[in-house]
Amino acid sequence: MSRHWIGDTLASDGLEAEFNGLSVPLEHSFELDDVAKFQLRGSLMLKTGREPSVSLNQNQLSEEDRTKLKEVAAVDGLYRIRVPRVFLQADKQTEWQTEGHLTAFVRACAMVESHLSDVITLHTDVSGYLIGVSIVTLPGACRGIEVEDEVDLEVFNTTLSIMAPVNAPGPETALFIQRMEQEFEKKGKNPQEQKSFFAKYWMYIVPLVLFLMMSGAQDQSGGGGGGGGNGGGR
Amino acid sequence: MAKLILLLLKCILFCGTVYAVFEDQVGKFDWRQQYVGKVRFCHFDGHMQSSKKVLLATESNVFAALNTRTGEVLWRHVDKTGPEGNIDAFLQNGQDSVLVVGNGRVLRSWETNIGGLNWEVVLDSGSFQSTCLVGQQGTVKNVAVLKKTAISLHYLSNGHQKWIENLPDSDTVDYQTVYSGGNGEVYVLGVVPHSHIAVVAFSVDDGEILKQSSVEAPWLSSIPESCQIVDQEMLICVDSTTMSLYTLDLTLQLQMNQIPLQVKNVYIFLLCGITPNPAKQPLSEFFLQLGPDRYVLLQFNSGQIVMLRDFKPVCNAFSKQHFSILTFRLQNVCYSPRLQYFNASTINLYNAETGRRLLDTTLIFTMDPNGGKPERVTFLKKDDSVGYRVMVQTKDHALTFIQQPGRVLWTREEALSDVLTMEMVDLPLTGTQAELEGEFGKKTDGLMSMVFKRLSSQLILLQAWIAHLWKLFYDARKPRSQVKSDISMENLSRDEFNLQKMMVMVTASGKLFGIDSKTGGILWKHYLENIPSNAGFKLMVQRTTAHFPHPPQCTLLIKDKDTGLASLHVFNPIFGKMSHVTPPALPQPILQSLMLPFMDQDYAKVLLLIDDQYKVSAFPSTKYVLQQLQEMAPTIFFFLVDSSQGRLSGYRLRTDLSTEQIWEVILPTEIQKIVSVKGKRPNEHVHSQGRVMGDRSVLYKYLNPNLLAVVTESTDLHQERSFVGIMLIDGVTGRIIHEAVQRKARGPVHVVHSENWVVYEYWSTKSRRNEFSVIELYEGMELYNSTAFSSLDRPLVPQVLQQSYIFPSSISTMEATLTEKGITSRHLLIGLPSGGIVSLPKMFLDPRRPEMASEQSREENLIPYAPELMIRTEWFINYNQTISRVRGIYTAPSGLESTCLVVAYGLDIYHTRVYPSKQFDVLKDDYDYMLISSVLLALFFATMISKRLAEVKLLNRAWR
Repeated sequence: MSRHWIGDTLASDGLEAEFNGLSVPLEHSFELDDVAKFQLRGSLMLKTGREPSVSLNQNQLSEEDRTKLKEVAAVDGLYRIRVPRVFLQADKQTEWQTEGHLTAFVRACAMVESHLSDVITLHTDVSGYLIGVSIVTLPGACRGIEVEDEVDLEVFNTTLSIMAPVNAPGPETALFIQRMEQEFEKKGKNPQEQKSFFAKYWMYIVPLVLFLMMSGAQDQSGGGGGGGGNGGGR
Repeated sequence: MAKLILLLLKCILFCGTVYAVFEDQVGKFDWRQQYVGKVRFCHFDGHMQSSKKVLLATESNVFAALNTRTGEVLWRHVDKTGPEGNIDAFLQNGQDSVLVVGNGRVLRSWETNIGGLNWEVVLDSGSFQSTCLVGQQGTVKNVAVLKKTAISLHYLSNGHQKWIENLPDSDTVDYQTVYSGGNGEVYVLGVVPHSHIAVVAFSVDDGEILKQSSVEAPWLSSIPESCQIVDQEMLICVDSTTMSLYTLDLTLQLQMNQIPLQVKNVYIFLLCGITPNPAKQPLSEFFLQLGPDRYVLLQFNSGQIVMLRDFKPVCNAFSKQHFSILTFRLQNVCYSPRLQYFNASTINLYNAETGRRLLDTTLIFTMDPNGGKPERVTFLKKDDSVGYRVMVQTKDHALTFIQQPGRVLWTREEALSDVLTMEMVDLPLTGTQAELEGEFGKKTDGLMSMVFKRLSSQLILLQAWIAHLWKLFYDARKPRSQVKSDISMENLSRDEFNLQKMMVMVTASGKLFGIDSKTGGILWKHYLENIPSNAGFKLMVQRTTAHFPHPPQCTLLIKDKDTGLASLHVFNPIFGKMSHVTPPALPQPILQSLMLPFMDQDYAKVLLLIDDQYKVSAFPSTKYVLQQLQEMAPTIFFFLVDSSQGRLSGYRLRTDLSTEQIWEVILPTEIQKIVSVKGKRPNEHVHSQGRVMGDRSVLYKYLNPNLLAVVTESTDLHQERSFVGIMLIDGVTGRIIHEAVQRKARGPVHVVHSENWVVYEYWSTKSRRNEFSVIELYEGMELYNSTAFSSLDRPLVPQVLQQSYIFPSSISTMEATLTEKGITSRHLLIGLPSGGIVSLPKMFLDPRRPEMASEQSREENLIPYAPELMIRTEWFINYNQTISRVRGIYTAPSGLESTCLVVAYGLDIYHTRVYPSKQFDVLKDDYDYMLISSVLLALFFATMISKRLAEVKLLNRAWR
């Protein structure tokens, strides 16, 4: 699993030059009538290659947006984000972009009450295509707490990560065989346990069998001896 | 010494006892029904007078013999599914049946008495065209198989190839038919469409080409469709554009003679010939189909065509005379059922030579009004008997066997060989129980009336109890075997523990069945006509039987997979009757349907249907429902899957019943394709929120009811690069909870998703074996919000544990057991291709199985990890009752927590009960009631006596 996260996004301006990856827009939308109108929230710096990483450079919420977000939160509207579909392994810049966007949402009230603390995760598939985005807020619940917009709704406090699929484990035969061998060796040191069942208990079995034969010979009915024989055999 | 050996043998026998089922329990809680499928070829086994067999070759690649007395399967051979096992042709000769299988891949001969294989030969490659039996001097010794480029002749006795010859000009001529008239020649007829007919005659003895010619026939495109051989090597073809018949003498092969027909308004032409014996020439009479239900019997008589009779049958059949006696000479007969009022059909026999109806052969029988129209008939008339027997196949794949005069001996519902989906519905309460329930359900109307109502219901109960006692007493006097346990519509009622249910089965033919789960008897059937051939079905229970007096209600969504257009069929699952509720018309293609947990005022759950405009319609759509929907709209989410574009998208309902897209996940189709999306079953209960660990702390399960398991397969099928992807997505928020890739793996993938775990099975291309993998999700040591689960408020990612195992067999299908409250441990029911059903404890598929057993893991009852899952013989729940081609397993809870009802369906249907944690809530069958009650009584009396004694003693002591 490759999981890189960048805790705070404030100090990202200077880093831009270092990234030899690509920059894609992160857009958000929160409208009273719930018709999505996406606006730029920030830009994602995606580092392509074997181990993709991501960082985010985002703007502050404007005064107007802050009041709108609170209004949307009051009617239990949605706060949506979207990123374009990109291919992180491509060599040429032209191959990055593919049709369409990936969208996710969170309740606007959760966004407000968490003071814009959100966790955004980008998911890629095996070959490096971005397949999904998810957003949650911390804390995630809406309890109807009053929030002072000047202090708390200005700056996004975003935790960002990019996740590739993990490799599912196969059956672990090697370890098991190793363990079996160890147990076998342990047994080998203990020669008493090596003896077979018959070798250990022959002195009980032989008289029992003899006894059953004798009794069977006397009353000429083999059926009676069967149950006893079974007990002896076990 | 002999005694000792005997004793040892006994020991071995006793040790090898099977633990799965007691011998006296066989068939007590389980039943199996065997089917053969839709009939393609059918022959009566008529070579022996006493024979009671009918041989069937079906479209399900099954070759079977049925007992004509009872309709039971005498023997059955199930071949591979798909085109590889497809039965192309079926020839019957004496007690041998010759089958051409798999587009001419294999030629097989079966012995029909016991169903044993006589011989099997693998034929040379080439697409199969036609086959026929070749006779000489009245006996049939060979079989000819015509392929695209070659013809081969085989001995009937051992299958050895007598000769094989390449066909001349096979690249231009399309050879279609082979024919032998029993005179030492085999004719192969080919056609160059719209040009000419090619006729090649081979010698039976050595395969030498005797004659070869081509005859102009520019109007002809296909020989089997429009030509037939009659009389003595006379080929008769029909041309529907000029409305005329053409005749060609195969022995002379000069040119075709045109005979115009005096018919108007011709619909179609189809020719049927009548061949009595493969060693002899066909009759000079033949049928011409003029319309969908109009046939004429014609006779070819020295260059002239004479019309013998005009028929208007629904369908017809021809039979061959199995040996010729002069008095019954060529008694080849035809049948014509006419649909009369109230579905009565008549069958008549006619003499083929004269076209006259045979006396006393009219047979009238009534068709099932809930069945389909007749499609095909086969009959057998023995020479020395007046009566005859007919087997009718109807459009709903039912086989009805009728004996003159009009007595239906048996009916087989072959539609049940192709069950697509099913549900189990609780049976209704008895009348008295319902009466009591109704008393509480109704609104109060005065004290006095309530008292009266109570008294009357008590009286009814008393009456029922007395009747029950009387029945018990009456039955007890009769021997046990005579006590009838049959069930009919009238006495359908729920038993004490709700173990008996109604199985509603939907079959591919469009026929619905209601089957009693206790006996397997079909209680009702309903044939839906005009079902598209590629229809997809979804069966939903809208109202259960719990809401008396409202009848239970099931809704079947029938969707044409090509156009997406759907229709609803609403019915009562107990009686099969169509509901009086009119389902809404659905003009738009339907994308998704979902059942909401809330009900309308009549206790019917609301069904939402989403059309391709993303508009939502509700059923039932009363004012109350719409109002409720408006209130709940922001909390109703649904998802759509478009596997062709790899798109998963989530939508939210708006108050005006339109929808808005809220999330979208796109998997590029060039990398992987979505093969299945599995949610959890809505009626599943999870009893325990967490697992107690060895150190007494609790590991909480991640129980997200909205979680979807999405399985993908790579488009690259190279064994090094192929993979199987598994993704867990929240269906409400679209959040990807977990994404894993099983490398070097390939489908088909079978998935079970339940509680907090997902189990999937795949084929490992690296190790070339089947493997199981289990994913379990845990919240951790503390719950985030223990009161309620909301997908919108679960910010933390669950812990994901995964482990894989080797499974020694490939599997056909998989399902998990389900019980009433979820207390019982879970088992996985795995249908194997061998016909067994394995009940594998989920305990073995637990990612917390440790490498090394420690004190804590022992405390937790964890089994140390072993990479291979063994199949133990006692895990087979169907002991020796093999189920062919298991396609699905359905599980339903019963009223007993320990018991889960299981139905496995495929070619066969099997029902049983499983007890994953043993029968902890049931006393054993052989529980000694006498002992326990006598001990209790004895103790009671002992206490009484000792009390008395103690009193006496105390008194004595006081006196002292």
